[in-house]
Amino acid sequence: MKIINTTTISDNVKDMCIEANYYLSTDMNSALKNAINTEKSELGKKILNQLQENLDIADKEMIPICQDTGMAVFFVELGQDVHIEGGSLTDAINEGVRRGYTDGYLRKSVVGDPIERVNTKDNTPAVIHYDIVPGDELKITIAPKGFGSENMSRIFMLKPADGIEGVKDAILTAVKDAGPNACPPMVVGVGIGGTFEKSALMAKKALTREFSERPTIPWVKDLEDEMLEKINKLGIGPGGLGGTTTALAVNINTYATHIAGLPVAINICCHVNRHTTRVM
Amino acid sequence: MEQRITTPITSEVTSNLSAGDYCYITGYIYVARDAAHKRMDEALNKGEELPIPIENETIYYMGPSPAREGRPIGSAGPTTASRMDKYAPRLLDLGLKAMIGKGKRTKEVIDAVVRNNAVYFAAVGGAGALLSKCIKSSEVICYDDLGAEAIRKLYVEDFPVIVVVDSRGNNLYETAIKEFASL
Repeated sequence: MKIINTTTISDNVKDMCIEANYYLSTDMNSALKNAINTEKSELGKKILNQLQENLDIADKEMIPICQDTGMAVFFVELGQDVHIEGGSLTDAINEGVRRGYTDGYLRKSVVGDPIERVNTKDNTPAVIHYDIVPGDELKITIAPKGFGSENMSRIFMLKPADGIEGVKDAILTAVKDAGPNACPPMVVGVGIGGTFEKSALMAKKALTREFSERPTIPWVKDLEDEMLEKINKLGIGPGGLGGTTTALAVNINTYATHIAGLPVAINICCHVNRHTTRVM
Repeated sequence: MEQRITTPITSEVTSNLSAGDYCYITGYIYVARDAAHKRMDEALNKGEELPIPIENETIYYMGPSPAREGRPIGSAGPTTASRMDKYAPRLLDLGLKAMIGKGKRTKEVIDAVVRNNAVYFAAVGGAGALLSKCIKSSEVICYDDLGAEAIRKLYVEDFPVIVVVDSRGNNLYETAIKEFASL
């Protein structure tokens, strides 16, 4: 059994909040850079170049990549042989968020109640998804999520008869409707199967997958390739101002589902697809 | 076409702007987003004055991240304009001349842009670090309690924007997409 103290967890979470908001992952960085060479629109190229410049400034001058530093979303994999010492794990993560968003000059974008809407002033509470896994490690992924793109996400409860064509239509509809609002070029996370909430969770988690990691199920891999090509033919382009780079990746996760259903969730992320992982 | 414009923006200027023009704005602009718009709307409903001058002024839909010591502002890119669609026509009818944001607008907003010879600009979404470099000063004018959503007055220099909806109602989001669509 491994013992992990909540102080260690808070310290790591604090650093992860800052890291995710100032630096993009290597795969996101190179996908954005490569897009400049393939983009057909002159204005589109200009915008993609500005996004590169933006990343450089964020890095060198310590200014968050985007002012919407997001609601802090976590995927936590807790090994069943880990013992957490020093208090509640959830409290420790929220304490890390509180310190990260304050010390890191990140925007506090969370209101404590969806109707009364009073800002909590420290970006807590976070949205935390726990998974109990075998082993003695604690793996924490943070994915701060901005709401320009979050607001354009969709769930479709399709009928089994709609099949894969129905899934394709659902993805294209969501991306088309999102258009310029979601700050393209976007990353499209898709969850197919499960239940209502399982599909949404899979779509969100798909956004954190490295682009080089591909699905093992052949039809899923093919669907990712086909949808990326189709989305980039929609014409939306960088900033939604026309072009051939509308999405950088389509990441799809699947799960078993019920005989009567075919849930499809599409979680759209902007080009600032932030995520970082640490294992303790 | 590239154009350099200074605020306050007059009808003479907006008449010469066309959807697709790349513009650099210099001068004072105001910052307001969701909560500030709601409050301004409530003030008008109660017959009160707006807390900012509106005639020929520009509103930037934005909520910055906190400024580090010695800097005017933090990251400062545009937020989605459609959330302000409910309030924008009323402000345009009162004299607001330009809006800076990102994303689609409703027909009601576009009609109000045409009716008032105004303009809707887009700034590049997600380029908040880059755009912050064009902001030379920032001052909270009112609604301080709203934090990142307070109304601010900024002085900007060569702030880059693109005309999306011009005073004739042309909409770049619709025309540009058609040009590159091949599905």
